[in-house]
Amino acid sequence: MTGAQIAAHARSRSALFPRATARTRAAEGGFKVLMYLAVGLAGLALVTLLVDVARDGWGVLSLQFLTNFPSRISPERSGIQSAIVGTLYLMVLTAVFVVPVGVATALYLEEYADPTRWYNRWVEVNIQNLAAVPSVVYGILGLAFIVREPLGLGPVLLAGGLTLGLLVLPVVIIVSREAIRSVPPSIRDGALALGATQWQTIRRQVLPGSMAGIATGVILALSRAIGETAPLLVIGAAASTRFNPQGVNDSFTALPIQIFTWTSQADRAFIPLAAGAILVLMVLLLAMNSVAILLRNRYEQKW
Amino acid sequence: MKSSGKMLAFGASMMLALGAAACGGEEEPATGEAAAQEEQSEQLSGAIRIDGSSTVVPFAEAATELFNEEHPEVRFTVGASGTGGGFEKFCAGETDISNASRPIKEDEEVPLCKEANVAFKEVQVANDGIAVATNTNLEVECLTTKQLKQLWNRDSKVQSLSDLDPELPDTELSLYGPGTDSGTFDFFTDEINGEEGVTREDYEASEDDNQLVTGVAQDDGGLGYFGFSYYEQNADQLNAVAVDSGDGCVTPSAETIQSGEYKPLGRPLFMYPSDEAMQRPEVKAFMEFVNENQTEIAELAKIVPMTDEQATKAGEVLGAGA
Repeated sequence: MTGAQIAAHARSRSALFPRATARTRAAEGGFKVLMYLAVGLAGLALVTLLVDVARDGWGVLSLQFLTNFPSRISPERSGIQSAIVGTLYLMVLTAVFVVPVGVATALYLEEYADPTRWYNRWVEVNIQNLAAVPSVVYGILGLAFIVREPLGLGPVLLAGGLTLGLLVLPVVIIVSREAIRSVPPSIRDGALALGATQWQTIRRQVLPGSMAGIATGVILALSRAIGETAPLLVIGAAASTRFNPQGVNDSFTALPIQIFTWTSQADRAFIPLAAGAILVLMVLLLAMNSVAILLRNRYEQKW
Repeated sequence: MKSSGKMLAFGASMMLALGAAACGGEEEPATGEAAAQEEQSEQLSGAIRIDGSSTVVPFAEAATELFNEEHPEVRFTVGASGTGGGFEKFCAGETDISNASRPIKEDEEVPLCKEANVAFKEVQVANDGIAVATNTNLEVECLTTKQLKQLWNRDSKVQSLSDLDPELPDTELSLYGPGTDSGTFDFFTDEINGEEGVTREDYEASEDDNQLVTGVAQDDGGLGYFGFSYYEQNADQLNAVAVDSGDGCVTPSAETIQSGEYKPLGRPLFMYPSDEAMQRPEVKAFMEFVNENQTEIAELAKIVPMTDEQATKAGEVLGAGA
């Protein structure tokens, strides 16, 4: 039963019972006020932040700001092209790494793994734990194993993408499992009964049925990845670069790093630039989250 | 509505720019650069990795940008891992030049470099100082290094400046200082408290000097220490405290820091190029460029330049054995 069904059920039931007394209604009203206050507080914090950033950054937003490279010498000619390109590259690399690995892991755990085996339970506990590890720890992991030996990639885009991929992998696995689990067992049983192999069932029934949920989760995970600063700083992303990366083996910067660089300057001339970059990053995140919501609403399967 | 129109326009330009930026990667450099390139046939090219102290980042960025005006084909990455983090990468052979707000540590970092066979030169590029500043309502002109130590040392019980000198205001202090990852922290604790890392702990700590400035400027009893350039950029909101190390009170300023009068909180800023990188023409040309144009670069980066004497000495270090 979904949440909506439960609610509808409860509503129809309440019609059968006598009306609430004044006292219980007062209590309910009080609770509602508290809830609205809590939501309002969160909303207020967000609006304050947005207004504050917008006030500082609105003035610098222009086509030049988006297409110029950062400049130390003349802040007014500064821009974020290299940061935007770096962030887009990171997003694609992270997705290329995390989607196959994450979905395959989720499929194994949901469709093949025997949950009574100790090693499967161990993997499961590990994934839950990894999802809660602070991002800077992934940065250290990336520095030690990806940037340096054994992979030895150096502080390049590919290393950044892999590190961010590791960071969001647990989230993608958890969300994908959720989506796969939401495909009712009857669908699988039906396919198997018609003579499909397990892989055919997964490929033709389970995966298409859970695709919307998986895609939503992946986009949300990616939007978390591109907002990360700490792991990229640790693996050695550049404070700012005056060139676009020429490939996955090139050094790079990204929007959060550029923002960090500008906000930590003594020279106040860079503050509006940082605010402008924050606005661009927020628009990007907002766009991604909207796509996720759109996907979910449009393609979510009702069984 | 006007604002929604602007929002739309912004959204549209965003998309355009994203598209342009996404395919911009392989495009030719701008026409002006391309023309300049044809004129000079013997262009330097290559990639130079710089990392280290965040204090040196403005200087390094201004230097690389100026150098790029002459040699657009040299690609720089400037990182801000901090002095210690920078040396770690440098000694692992991951960077060509390491920025530092203190000399390399003989006991910890030099052996690391030796082990990996990374030889280097120590080149001073600019000067910096640490400013002790108070809220404009907290009137104090000068403190001796002894008083500063009393105030900042481990387990210090000083709650107001009148504890140091009865003639000073008795406003309760709110202290601000950098966090332990900062080179400024290392330097200040070493010079004032006599041992690196030794400090009282009941103060507001932040790695972001701008936050320290805001804290001191807004708190009536605010007193803190941070990089001189952060004081200079906010001089109207702060009161700088002169420091007396035995030869009278010296106010922090570009002049007193440059001349070395501002003791003991003035310090040189360094770039460490590795010998291996110096074999490459672009790195050598860049380091020489930095040395020759240090005054202009420092001015653009709003950092205290070297004296002529210091610059000559740094030039000699660069020339030696090259």
